[in-house]
Amino acid sequence: MRQADGETDFMELHHPPQHDAGAGEMSPAVALSGLDITFHIDGGKRYKAVTGINLSVAAGEFVSVVGPTGCGKSTLLNAAAGLLVPSAGTVGIFGKPLSGLNRRAGYLFQADALMPWKTALDNVKVALEPMGVSDAQADARAREWLGRVGLRAFVDRYPHMLSGGQRKRVSLAQMLIRNPEILLMDEPFGPLDAQTRQIMGNLLLDLWSKDRKALIFVTHDLEEAISLSDRVVVMSAGPAAGIVADYRVPLPRPRDIAEIRLEKAFHEIHRDIWASLRVEVQKAYAMGDGRELVEGDAP
Amino acid sequence: MNRAKLLGLQALVMVVFLLIWHVVTAYPLFGEVKTIQFFFSTPAAVLGRTFNQLIGPDIYWHLGITLTETVLAFVIGSAAGIFFGFTFARQELLAAVFDPYIKAANALPRVVLAPIFALWFGLGIWSKVALGFTLVFFIVFFNVYQGVREVSPTVLANARMLGMNERQLFRHVYWPSALTWMFSSLHTSVGFALVGAVVGEYLGSSAGLGYKIHEAESVFDVTGVFSGMLILAIFVIAIDALVTLVEKRLLVWRPGQSSTTTT
Repeated sequence: MRQADGETDFMELHHPPQHDAGAGEMSPAVALSGLDITFHIDGGKRYKAVTGINLSVAAGEFVSVVGPTGCGKSTLLNAAAGLLVPSAGTVGIFGKPLSGLNRRAGYLFQADALMPWKTALDNVKVALEPMGVSDAQADARAREWLGRVGLRAFVDRYPHMLSGGQRKRVSLAQMLIRNPEILLMDEPFGPLDAQTRQIMGNLLLDLWSKDRKALIFVTHDLEEAISLSDRVVVMSAGPAAGIVADYRVPLPRPRDIAEIRLEKAFHEIHRDIWASLRVEVQKAYAMGDGRELVEGDAP
Repeated sequence: MNRAKLLGLQALVMVVFLLIWHVVTAYPLFGEVKTIQFFFSTPAAVLGRTFNQLIGPDIYWHLGITLTETVLAFVIGSAAGIFFGFTFARQELLAAVFDPYIKAANALPRVVLAPIFALWFGLGIWSKVALGFTLVFFIVFFNVYQGVREVSPTVLANARMLGMNERQLFRHVYWPSALTWMFSSLHTSVGFALVGAVVGEYLGSSAGLGYKIHEAESVFDVTGVFSGMLILAIFVIAIDALVTLVEKRLLVWRPGQSSTTTT
């Protein structure tokens, strides 16, 4: 088997060799099993965000999670990132139970997460500091990454001088420069306009396809989910949301996310997934607005 | 409105003010000229005295004393404010325990401390520095505390996901955030350092701008008082301009840079 050797290189130092050659099968990059997450709200009340979640994402697999607003999609992601400790169940990362922060994952947040007091270059550079990369080397690599996301001319700009799309590109470079084995993305293109979303989607596919990492992409946009991913997972309306459906997306790669939406196969899969998603969206609406108040996505 | 017109109007306000002052004190409209001048002096006399003072060496010695006290109060107060602000923001329990005492201490009008400080530290500069310190400390303390507490949770979570340890988080996230809050109150804290110095001098000293004004007051030299106030105002404006300059350099990354808390 073409196993972990090449792909996880230095990480192996910290982990005793648990992949015995005979097993052959590689552990999933992320395995959530029997996951329950309950929030304690002020006044001793509890809010069960998600329950009974079983989700396994293989190395190199692009999985999207869709669901109605406030169904706990981000909560799942935070659990996989180790930002949030589940009340029950386990989070397995390459076959090992996760404790503390997930050091093998990169996280792309929905809200602006760049340090506003650092330039684009410094924001990307700083990601290498915890890895002990020398300043000169970090500088060169950060410039290269900013070039790859199309911001070569903007290295000295502060975040407020960049557009929303450009800030996301910087965040993307900041995350990818560390070469994490797992990518977690929480509605990263949510705040962007439609055209920018398509451009960012293609950029993401382009970068991802170079060295396919396990990727969990949370979105409420079904078309975006289908056009990007290998698998689409549908979550039910919260509270106590669970996974209600899991679809493969049999569309060929490489894809252009603007053009793929016009294909017949795309429409068929869209129709199938929408059939189950629609039910959940309607449920969520029927439950009213009060639910929004107790929905906590914060880590 | 264009700049020339605005400047013209601003100058007009001053001219009208001086003119009224002059007319009231030069002509017997509200009583005897001598009496009026005793109470209000005249613009010509005040400007003349100010000019004479500014060309003489004596005033710069007093200004130097006041400036020294201001700078010392600002530096020591800020350092202590930053240290305690950080410590309290990172130690929930400490903050909770000391909360009422800090509020009580901050509620105290600091002027009442001046005689005590004079008693403790003497009539030299250190009693004034102490007074300025009590004013600066709380402003910086509250701002740094707030700055550390109000770091965006997303920025923090992102920094942690990038693998930063406590020391790196401090350097790249908490520290810049706290400094931002501190700098946004720079005008206020520098202004209060000056207030501490001048009030301290006024209440008991042998040098400084506050002393000059107090000295003139004690012999009913109204011209001297007004001229001292004018010099003080020029001094404050100069310091404020300097602070604005520093602020512009330090907060380049801020959108629509707009911290205009006046002293």
